[in-house]
Amino acid sequence: MRRLADPINLAALGFALSLLAAWQLLADAHLISPIFFPSPLRALTVLQQRLADGSLWLPLAATSLRMIVGWLLASVIGIVLGAAIGTSRFARELLDPTLEFIRPLPASAVIPVAILFLGLSNKMSVTVIAFGAIWPVLLASVHGFSSISPELINVSQVLGFGRRDFLRKIAFPSALPDIVAGLRVSLAIALILAVVTEMQSSLPGLGWDIFSAQRVYRSADIYAGLIMLALLGFAANHLIQFLERRVLRWRNLRA
Amino acid sequence: MRRLLLGAIIPVSFLIIWEGSSQAGLLTLESLSRPSDILVAGYAALRDGSLMLATLQTCETALLGLAIAAVAGIGVGAILGLLPTAERIAGPTIEALRPIPAIAFMPLALMVFGFGVRLEASIVAYACIWPILIVTVSAVRAVEGRLLEVAAVLELPLWKRMTKIVLPAAFARINVGLRVAAAISLVVAITVEIVLNPRGLGYRLILAQQSLQVGLMWAQILWLCVLGYVLNLVLSHLGRGPAAIWRPL
Repeated sequence: MRRLADPINLAALGFALSLLAAWQLLADAHLISPIFFPSPLRALTVLQQRLADGSLWLPLAATSLRMIVGWLLASVIGIVLGAAIGTSRFARELLDPTLEFIRPLPASAVIPVAILFLGLSNKMSVTVIAFGAIWPVLLASVHGFSSISPELINVSQVLGFGRRDFLRKIAFPSALPDIVAGLRVSLAIALILAVVTEMQSSLPGLGWDIFSAQRVYRSADIYAGLIMLALLGFAANHLIQFLERRVLRWRNLRA
Repeated sequence: MRRLLLGAIIPVSFLIIWEGSSQAGLLTLESLSRPSDILVAGYAALRDGSLMLATLQTCETALLGLAIAAVAGIGVGAILGLLPTAERIAGPTIEALRPIPAIAFMPLALMVFGFGVRLEASIVAYACIWPILIVTVSAVRAVEGRLLEVAAVLELPLWKRMTKIVLPAAFARINVGLRVAAAISLVVAITVEIVLNPRGLGYRLILAQQSLQVGLMWAQILWLCVLGYVLNLVLSHLGRGPAAIWRPL
């Protein structure tokens, strides 16, 4: 653990606080427009009020749920496809060209298509999130499954493993570190796309909350929403790092 | 040959089933159009220049945002890379700002800039600055100590030390960050257009959907695929060029 009393850490805290203080002073002196940049204290007051009256919890829950469902969908499909492509030459040659062609497509460009098929619904949002979040998991799984060490493959042959046992007992654990790294990137993308789809399609959530606050020029509410989003991103990232350490503990034991 | 054939199976059979079933009246869904209609709509959009104009608008805004991010990211990153203490002091603030999705700043940018190029470029710049900044910090820190000693012996002022020694030596690595940012810039620009900004490819795309010009919508999506593919190709080639030039250093 780092010590908080370390002078460098104190200086870092001081730096962040002095930026906020400068902003507060500028806002108090009306040097920057209070319409665009409300003082940090006002933003925090609004944040505290809305946390107390509960009007921020629902959007937070909606965005988190969207993000997680889309991410799980992307993870499952990504890992399965990645296992197929990584371990079978046939699957790779069959799927690779198509995937390489769709991959550069920005995920937000799928929104119009998803709206046509699914309407302005949660299903639409989750589909778009899954489409965008699948690529990091998929690429990482392909890499993980295709770079299993030859010794492990020999071991599974000696033990007479069938394909299912090979995938479950040898290939998946061996590819897991790569997969988890991909999952982390995917989660960040899932959050971004959750916000994008909420803004585009007026679905309840933090993205829509920020968007509608702007329409009525309640800029302090925008900042309150932004702070919540930052906290959500931060929490999601740390949760998955925690899971990563738990799941991959056996690797550290061996090392 | 085998690879080519296998790879073509999915797209080609998909197209045949799609076209065939809608010709036969099995597909009545308006959302699916027909591959032939898509080609017609795409050709028309190419001919009247609207597709090119929209592409140009999107690309120039993405480039503008990328340029702002490059200047700011390399500038700040070089300073933080040279001064480890400054990096440790500013680091936590940077880490707190970085995870906020750039898109979430759109309402704020809309209030400040209104619709148009500045709104979009500012969001692109925010999204692009982080990879450039982080890569620059580590690239500058990895510059060989002896080069810095030469600069110290020559008593170069900070500005000259940057432009003559540090940045050329770190460029090959910074280039990697720039390439990542370039790919991000196009995606973010299109996203801003789809959600909010009434210009460029993204806006055309959502407009085509909302006015139920489904053929045109699909044509534009295909065009985006091609655009992204070409961009990736160009970026991976660019990556080899300048990096090779600086390697003798």
